[in-house]
Amino acid sequence: MTALPQNTKTKLGLVIDLDICVGCHACSVNCKEWNTSGYHAPMTDTAPYGADPTGVWFNRVHAYEIQRPAGESQTVYFPKSCLHCEDAPCVTVCPTGASYKREEDGIVLVNEDLCIGCKLCSWACPYGAREYDSSEGVMKKCTLCIDKIYNENLPEESRQPACVSTCPANARHFGDLGDPDSDVSKMVKSRGGYDLMPEQNTKPVNKYLPPRTRQMGPNSITSKAKLEDASPDGGFLGWLDKVLSD
Amino acid sequence: MHPAYSVIFFTTASGAGYGLLALLGILNIGNYLPHDKWFFLIALVLSLSLITAGLLSSTFHLGHPERAWRALTQWQTSWLSREGVAAMFTYVPACVMVLGWIIEEQTDGVYMVMGLLAAIGSFVTVYCTSMIYASLKAIPAWTLSLVPVLYLFLSIASGSLVLVTLLCAFSIEILELSKFCLLVLIITMFLKIKYWKMLDLMPTNTNIETATGLGSIGKVNVLEKPHTSENYLQQEMGYQIARKHAEKLRKIVLITLFILPIIFIGLSFLFPTNAFLLTIAAVATATIGISIERWLFFAEAKHVVMSYYES
Repeated sequence: MTALPQNTKTKLGLVIDLDICVGCHACSVNCKEWNTSGYHAPMTDTAPYGADPTGVWFNRVHAYEIQRPAGESQTVYFPKSCLHCEDAPCVTVCPTGASYKREEDGIVLVNEDLCIGCKLCSWACPYGAREYDSSEGVMKKCTLCIDKIYNENLPEESRQPACVSTCPANARHFGDLGDPDSDVSKMVKSRGGYDLMPEQNTKPVNKYLPPRTRQMGPNSITSKAKLEDASPDGGFLGWLDKVLSD
Repeated sequence: MHPAYSVIFFTTASGAGYGLLALLGILNIGNYLPHDKWFFLIALVLSLSLITAGLLSSTFHLGHPERAWRALTQWQTSWLSREGVAAMFTYVPACVMVLGWIIEEQTDGVYMVMGLLAAIGSFVTVYCTSMIYASLKAIPAWTLSLVPVLYLFLSIASGSLVLVTLLCAFSIEILELSKFCLLVLIITMFLKIKYWKMLDLMPTNTNIETATGLGSIGKVNVLEKPHTSENYLQQEMGYQIARKHAEKLRKIVLITLFILPIIFIGLSFLFPTNAFLLTIAAVATATIGISIERWLFFAEAKHVVMSYYES
């Protein structure tokens, strides 16, 4: 059913730390690697080796430059995937029941066998989390790696979404955001984790941690403290210092 | 938003079909329609053909048309599903009306009730169609309160244009109906102008700052896109041709969908002998007009996901 559950037992999701992300795209690539043989296999590419390659990806890393009102600008890498919203608009618009939100863990999924490929769910999602597979004729999306996080054939430390396992900078964290005592919830609380597009009222489960405030002042590598005279006694070195200082 | 031709054809053709069917059902109750055997049959069959052609074409853009029946199951939450259910329901009284006319040549009694049910079903279906769009918060242009009103008015306007033309074809003149058609066209034109004004003045709540949540630090600009070529999102949601030419296209819609048909219908009062040719001309120009109007409705609407791609 495409009715949303009143409450989910857990709220599994991601916490993405924008202070740490280095924009290496490893999460996107490992997501593709795992999922192209997983629940939504294949993650089709059309003309993957041509001049204009396109294909289905569940994870995209944007890069933004923020210009402060005063001072230097800052670069922020911004990975974006499905936020597994509590009020997921993509689920309720589905006419067939292919889209659903699981009551046990809050993960939003598509049942490909029921999907008619009308694309309406991708229109309803404000975040662009869903991508249509034109060769399969169905909608595909992030599954939070349900075939990995519950997989008892894997060692326990590997039971995390592919994007989290692979992140070399530890910018992505996975856990139960419905449990206030979980590591991810504590992280959100202490760092001021926030929702994307709060005005859309989708209540995303995934949270983003803002970049930390940059240190300004004499210890900052960007501040230009005046350097001492190289050779206050004059002479050849004093002359050289004077010439180079002009 | 990318305007799929199958959806444009669906909403315009079935819109006119439902408008025509609703008018036939309502006018039948008041006994306003001539009891000409072929006129009534052709009018009913034409309305059902327009509806059916539209519904069929809407399945063409599906990835799995053979599973289309599944779309009737989620009417409790989905407007698309409700539209399908309402469309199927409307067929029942409409077909009973057709059969009643063919077999018994009757439009009274139970067939009046069927006409009323067909009219209600038509309005409900068109309303559900409009709500598919109007319920999408991610596309602010479609959430304007005038969207469902316009869908209903355009359906009645196009349906009444077809009805007046059909009556002229059978040399049956119903002056009141031509006047009604004229009035609906004029009202719809002002509603559409009002919609465009509202659209132009609509504040944008979602922008790159709220989308990234980084606006508290400073002005956010796109530094690098996440992929080198256009992806599904940009192709589907980032349609830009119309916004560039919106002003011109709106004028073309005003002229072809409203002003020219209004002039042609008005002239048909003055030159009743040429009424059929004039109404045909009105239908022809309105067909072009409503197609551009619907194309523009899609193409002009901006999806908030584009905030991630544009500074």
